[in-house]
Amino acid sequence: MSADQETIQDVFSSFFTEQTGPESARNSMPLGFDAKAWERLSETGAPGMGVSLPAGGGASLSDLVIVAEEAGAKIAPLPIIDHVVATRILENLDSLEPEVLTGTLLAGLAIRPVENGVAKSVPTGSIANRLIALDEDKLLLINDEPPNKSLPNHGDLPIAHRGINGATVISEGTEATEVFERGLNEWKTLISAFLVGITRSSIEMTVDYVKERHQFGKPIGSFQSIQHGLADLPGLYDGARLLVNKAAWAGDREITGEINLTDNEISDFATLSSMSLIFAGETSLQATDRGLHYHGGYGFSEEYDIQLFYRRARAWSQILNSPSDECLLLADLLLEDNGVK
Amino acid sequence: MDFELSQKAIDFRSQVKKFISENLTSEITLKMHETGTFNDKSFNESLAAEGLLAGAVPGYGDRDPVELYLLFNELEKAGAPYDGLAVTMLVAGVINAVGTEFHREEVLNKLLTGKHNCCLGYSEPDYGSDVASIITKAEKIENRWVINGQKMWTTMAHESDWVLLLTRTNSDVPKHKGMTMFLVPMNTPGIEIQPVATMASERTNATFYDNVEVEDQWRLGEIDDGWSVMGVALALERGVMGGTNPAVPLLKHVLNWAETTPSENKSLMIDNALMRERIARTAIINQVGQLLTLRAAWIAATGGMPGVEGSMAKIYASEEYQKVVGWFQQMAGAEGLLSFGAEDAAASGWIDYDARHAPVTTIYGGTSEINRNNIAERHLGLPRNR
Ligand SMILES: Cc1cc2nc3c(=O)[nH]c(=O)nc-3n(C[C@H](O)[C@H](O)[C@H](O)COP(=O)(O)OP(=O)(O)OC[C@H]3O[C@@H](n4cnc5c(N)ncnc54)[C@H](O)[C@@H]3O)c2cc1C
Repeated sequence: MSADQETIQDVFSSFFTEQTGPESARNSMPLGFDAKAWERLSETGAPGMGVSLPAGGGASLSDLVIVAEEAGAKIAPLPIIDHVVATRILENLDSLEPEVLTGTLLAGLAIRPVENGVAKSVPTGSIANRLIALDEDKLLLINDEPPNKSLPNHGDLPIAHRGINGATVISEGTEATEVFERGLNEWKTLISAFLVGITRSSIEMTVDYVKERHQFGKPIGSFQSIQHGLADLPGLYDGARLLVNKAAWAGDREITGEINLTDNEISDFATLSSMSLIFAGETSLQATDRGLHYHGGYGFSEEYDIQLFYRRARAWSQILNSPSDECLLLADLLLEDNGVK
Repeated sequence: MDFELSQKAIDFRSQVKKFISENLTSEITLKMHETGTFNDKSFNESLAAEGLLAGAVPGYGDRDPVELYLLFNELEKAGAPYDGLAVTMLVAGVINAVGTEFHREEVLNKLLTGKHNCCLGYSEPDYGSDVASIITKAEKIENRWVINGQKMWTTMAHESDWVLLLTRTNSDVPKHKGMTMFLVPMNTPGIEIQPVATMASERTNATFYDNVEVEDQWRLGEIDDGWSVMGVALALERGVMGGTNPAVPLLKHVLNWAETTPSENKSLMIDNALMRERIARTAIINQVGQLLTLRAAWIAATGGMPGVEGSMAKIYASEEYQKVVGWFQQMAGAEGLLSFGAEDAAASGWIDYDARHAPVTTIYGGTSEINRNNIAERHLGLPRNR
């Protein structure tokens, strides 16, 4: 990490600790959005940080990964990832409004293509004022009033379906699909980083808990079955973090096509972002699963934080598609140059 | 950590790749699986002649540990016989760290020619994970030592010129404080080697030491301080010297097989959705194994000791390898049981081979449990449970 990136980490770690965290996550239910914290975040300029330097941003994907991990570590109920990815797409297509850049208007991404005129289960669907959606080969900007009411869901996210009536077309043809594709790969990378943050906090929280909680006259963390259940997690966390950072590195360099499956040399951005989402997703499931279990009955109670992390890990790791389907997409990328379809 | 290798490292890797493509013949791999000895002296010698071995000694000279990682990673991916070389270079690293001028001249310099091998004599019949309890005894008589006892799993003993031997020199102190390390020439009278066959093709040995006499100059490290020497050896071993990408050659064999093997409805195995999902997952596992290893090498390259990080890479790679092997063996059905040379063997017998080999990877080099203890205590700060 460069010195600049260390500063980014410090700043955002403090911000999300002070302004968000489990309490903010609880208080923003059932909408799944903390409007006050978003206002504060907007004061820092963060919503616009992902656009180009001349437009007032300048953060690389690698920088944004740091922000996303810190957001995940505090399960911040803020659409910072979707918003930042949307601003990058909009800038690319000369459609960036100043109110979006400042965060006054919330922007998001319908991550799955529109079907029959509806973008389903959009992760920022209930709150986004501007929503980018792909309908066949047209890129749409949905700009009607958000419902401000979320579909009740596993991860307390601001999910809603959105219709495309009145949406404007901002791009068409290969440009539209390519821009969307690139944006989606950035989204996968950043959501992976968010999941890495969830994993980190779950490990920390659980290790603290097993040192404190006593049974049979000693800390439960002295029982070997618990130690071993936890000991697998740091390697998974580090592995996921490295993979996500590698994806961002490839994304910043716009590396495409470098895939040598049989030699295990892969620097293609699309491939690495897909790998990251699958792996960071699975890692977060395992970390939160063991974490919740080692909290015993308290882990299952509303009052303890681990269940918030547990549910968000599941939500973010499969809101785009089932991990098995993501693996099939990944296999297509990996096997394309292998002479097979 | 930088994902871009330095130009020097990239050049080094190309050199290794070129060497492998020119020198690793199918005869060499065939012989290695027929004999069970994953060591080929003439291959090692050519590596040395090419100038590739000096960088393979951890901590030696001004070579970057990233190069050490690259060498063993390329050998592993290519399915080359490198087990003997890894152990030998590890001993070279230990000598470099704690050896005397005599050890350097008599052993280290010779090891760098690729003509000689070393083996590790730590484990005993009754002490494996609890290696600090070993009882093979060394007694000092004037300026000589007399060694008596038995070691188990002394892999490569039959190929080696020296054994790095952990002995008990004091039984009146706590167990960690009464051991001494030796480099014992294998041609010393009183040493006997008996082969031990395994369920995979690899061979190992039991070694016996009956009044084996060596001069004090063969002692490595201080008297009763053998445990510190072990610490150096373990820190050098973990992570960067191969063993963290075993599913790379496996995947290559599986792909060859899946692209030519019929599945249901006239399609090929490679079109099967479950097969594709598993290929994708294996590719992720291979990437993560590589990144965790590279990270350990990176820490070493920047002056750190990647003890815990090596444990993480080792557990991850070996546990996942077993999972992957299980997937592909089951997908191959009956033909996944057929061995090298058998008609219709899936992946020419490689699936059967990997399925036989995989179980040992979570046992040797420190079992998964021992590595988990290490991570739980040293990384997570949980109370010691032994
Ligand atoms: C093919 C092969 C090659 C080898 N090569 C060498 C070599 O060259 N040189 C050498 O010195 N050794 C070598 N070994 C030995 C190897 O290092 C040991 O097998 C290993 O350390 C485990 O010891 P053990 O076999 O005695 O099993 P044990 O120590 O008896 O372990 C049995 C089981 O108990 C578990 N266990 C033990 N202690 C604990 C604990 N504290 N907490 C939880 N679980 C525990 C273990 O994880 C394992 O699952 C080799 C082994 C094999 C199989």
